[in-house]
Amino acid sequence: MREPRWFQWVRGVGLCLLTLFTVIPLYVMVTTSVKPLSDVQDTFQWLPSALTLEPYVDMWSTVRLADYFVNSAVVSLGAAAFSVLIALFAAYAISRYRFRGRDAFRFTVLSTQMFPGILFLLPLYLIYATVGQATGIVLQGSHIGLIITYLTFSLPFSIWMLVSYFDSIPVDLDEAAYIDGAGPVQTLWRVVIPAAKPGIAAVSIYAFMTAWGETLFASIMTDSDSTTLAIGLRDYSTQSTVYWNEVMSASLVVSIPVVLGFLALQRYLVQGLTAGAVK
Amino acid sequence: MTVTSTASTAPPSGTEPNGSRTRRPRISKRSVPYLLLAPALFFELLVHIVPMLGGLWMSFLRLNQFFLREWMSAPFTGLQNYRFALDFDGAAGVELFQSFAVTIAFAVITVGVSWVMGLAAALFLQRSFPGRTLLRGLFLVPYALPIYTSVMIWKFMLDRSDGMVNATLSDLGLGGERFWLLGNNAFLSLTVTAIWRLWPFAFLALMAGLQSIPTDIYDAAAVDGAGLWQQIRTITVPMLQPVSQVLILVLFLWTFNDFNVPYLLFNQAVPSSANLISIHIYQNSFLTWNFGLGSAMSTLLLLFLLVITAGYLMLTSRRSRNA
Repeated sequence: MREPRWFQWVRGVGLCLLTLFTVIPLYVMVTTSVKPLSDVQDTFQWLPSALTLEPYVDMWSTVRLADYFVNSAVVSLGAAAFSVLIALFAAYAISRYRFRGRDAFRFTVLSTQMFPGILFLLPLYLIYATVGQATGIVLQGSHIGLIITYLTFSLPFSIWMLVSYFDSIPVDLDEAAYIDGAGPVQTLWRVVIPAAKPGIAAVSIYAFMTAWGETLFASIMTDSDSTTLAIGLRDYSTQSTVYWNEVMSASLVVSIPVVLGFLALQRYLVQGLTAGAVK
Repeated sequence: MTVTSTASTAPPSGTEPNGSRTRRPRISKRSVPYLLLAPALFFELLVHIVPMLGGLWMSFLRLNQFFLREWMSAPFTGLQNYRFALDFDGAAGVELFQSFAVTIAFAVITVGVSWVMGLAAALFLQRSFPGRTLLRGLFLVPYALPIYTSVMIWKFMLDRSDGMVNATLSDLGLGGERFWLLGNNAFLSLTVTAIWRLWPFAFLALMAGLQSIPTDIYDAAAVDGAGLWQQIRTITVPMLQPVSQVLILVLFLWTFNDFNVPYLLFNQAVPSSANLISIHIYQNSFLTWNFGLGSAMSTLLLLFLLVITAGYLMLTSRRSRNA
């Protein structure tokens, strides 16, 4: 297809504008993170008056960042691990078996994606409180409560994506394993999972990102011992000062793992997305 | 939203004719898929389905701070919460309606702009040129950032009379010293922030959709003398319809239900121009501890979303069948 001249112009201008729109906030984040505090309290300057790495040191003592970091890591890793494990079993059942209730299950799980979080935040809060009173298992303000909550947030998408991955793996492989006397779980473990590794990696990073960024449930369901980064980063604002340079250095540090993971695996996310949506 | 699999070949087990060969009588074959589904089902029930039904029930109760401790014994009030929420002569009804209108405007603008930007970027990057992979990765960064970091960046830029946005505007001679996080400006700030972190997702999905369009269609159209703009209008956009259909629905539900962006951008003091429905319900439930009213509003929200989704799917599916 020959591109007319006007399109080359439009593309040049369009890409410049989109790049500026994307880059300016990122630039502000990076430069602010190496500015001294006096800079961020003054009128905004595009260039720092002096470069300093102090925010990267001080951010750990201004707020309990390390605690928040650990809380977020425990909750997100736990939620991602369980979400993927549970999704693997469910997706395998949907991909390889025809059974009564299969379509109803898929529909129900997918439709939970559209529920507004606020709809079940209040009842879930009360259910966790009641379970805690009845059984002594503390779900409010504990890691386990957040893990259970977050794993369900990524479950529908994970199941959907893994089903489309599993569907693309030839059933002959399963049958060969069955003839060798393997059961369903062994077949899933030894045959299907190795063949679906990229999909599993993509689903894992998605589940991790979902938990790492969640704010609404964290705002209600954490206490001072289980505060996650989403809530904890607000501590940089005090009555008198906002330590904006430390906010930005902390933001940068907590973003890097998810951004790198996402960029490395986005190819597989797209494959799964389109395989599900286009079919 | 066609999510059916095409790989419905013969299942490896469950319907095997020679079941005598396998010696696994402990678990019947029929129950295997249900056992595999059980964990997923359990957690979906615990976190989504049961609370949703609980919320429906709570919306008929007088559940305020006086009954919270013994919430099981809160008195039944029938439709009173709904009557209160939908009483457009009273303050609560008017506020709910305003919040609803703001949310619709926010969702429509955010989704529309994100879709257009995503499509433009996908078209611009269709052809390979030096730096294409770099730009592609760069555009995806805002979506990959945790929500609270992207909102923090925008809050910093919009905040204060001499923040980044105001300083730049006054440098350009365009005034400045505006309060971007207060009053009616708050709506604009909210929308721009939401678009910044959402449009890459539209880009990602539409880029994948473009790859599924066979190139010989364009060649045939070019032979017939169709210009590039015509090709985009008559081939690209219609061929992207299946992707766009799901994409727009998902984006709409995400933005309509958005809580994080306004909550993080404005803290507790959300201006009414940016008072999205989730924030409104949150404040009515957790700040005033009126869970009954909050649940009634949530239920109304769910009903609205169900109707919108069903209507949207019916409309778009019919159109694609006629096309």
